[in-house]
Amino acid sequence: MSQGESPTALQEVCRPDTWALSVVGMLQQPQRGGFDAVCIRPRHQGAPLAMRDEGRQKHRSCVLCVVPAYNEAGNIAAVIRDVRAHVPGGDVLVIDDGSADETADVALETGALVCRLPFNLGIGGAVQTGLKFAVRHGYDIAVQVDGDGQHDAAEIAKLLRPILNGEADVVIGSRFLGKVTYRPPLLRRLGMRLFELLNWLAAGQHIRDNTSGFRAYNREAISFLADNYPTHYPEPEAVVMLRRAGFRLKEVHTRMRQRQRGQSSIAPAKAVYYMVRVPLGIFITALRTVGMSRR
Amino acid sequence: MLDRVQLTAILASIGIIVAVIDLMRRGRLREEYSILWLVLAFGMIGLSLSRALLESLAQLTGIFYPPSALFAVAFIGCLALFMHFSVVISRLTQQTVTLAQELALLQQKIGSGEAGSRASAR
Repeated sequence: MSQGESPTALQEVCRPDTWALSVVGMLQQPQRGGFDAVCIRPRHQGAPLAMRDEGRQKHRSCVLCVVPAYNEAGNIAAVIRDVRAHVPGGDVLVIDDGSADETADVALETGALVCRLPFNLGIGGAVQTGLKFAVRHGYDIAVQVDGDGQHDAAEIAKLLRPILNGEADVVIGSRFLGKVTYRPPLLRRLGMRLFELLNWLAAGQHIRDNTSGFRAYNREAISFLADNYPTHYPEPEAVVMLRRAGFRLKEVHTRMRQRQRGQSSIAPAKAVYYMVRVPLGIFITALRTVGMSRR
Repeated sequence: MLDRVQLTAILASIGIIVAVIDLMRRGRLREEYSILWLVLAFGMIGLSLSRALLESLAQLTGIFYPPSALFAVAFIGCLALFMHFSVVISRLTQQTVTLAQELALLQQKIGSGEAGSRASAR
């Protein structure tokens, strides 16, 4: 592609149907480096920065891994390296959600892109920041990976595949599909069951693991969520919102690790609030009429 | 002749009106938040002055003791105000979140996200 080509031609190259086939071929090969094929788009390397769209900066990839992190200085470097290793062509953006420790500095030293929120917004606000970044820099796919290391980056390929195939707009990495290795404590399991049922009713699609924060989004879903993302305990609500807006969701089995260090974002004391807040959020989202249309 | 309760209610309402107007005059209360206060205060004065109005309101709502209707109105007015505040706070929260996100994105863009710049980022 020569420098003179119009942006539409560039976008054409990036459309999933044109590059999906070769990419999927690459995904199925286990060796590293396969994802470079995902990034056909960086052909605009040839053009000087100023010639590209305003919003697109020096990133050279079309997959953005959004890593929300709150006080994860101990885990974040390993997470970034893990993601790098498994998505070599992708960019890693760490959202430091107002951490009191050195999370952001460690992430920068490890070579990730970093957004520092001036104070703690909660996981929803952090993820949304990453999605806004993805919109402005024109990424085609965003992958959400927790900063605490519980998500195995080796599983990201599974999340990407349905999107690259055009089968789904949003893919959720589930702990409960297929061979289940994750056994949460009884109460948490009950809570998750309740959300599962509620969301099934509200969303009209049976998603097993509504609280999973291991997700991949295509471009349309990114731009929708960049404008409408629930704030506090956002995962189950986001499922309902996405379904109501007509997005195609798919759940795939992913292995999860035990948390390496640090704490769950849901401390026991907050569990009660969580159990009230989430169903309320789901209920309201199901009733909402504002902000529900895809743009 | 005015009852004691009427007098109390009128004085309280006048106090509120004076305070609201003074706050607006000094620029410490925005007009859009003053309207509910003024409506409530003037409504209270109206009901306090006219016994007939208050009694018909009490009859209408089934309140046995008419002066209670006065307090019921004041109470409902306060609830409306609190509701209004909750709405305003929710909006402010959303705006704060958006601002924080924009700030983080801009800082990333201008490259102040470099190691060691923690102090300046705060």
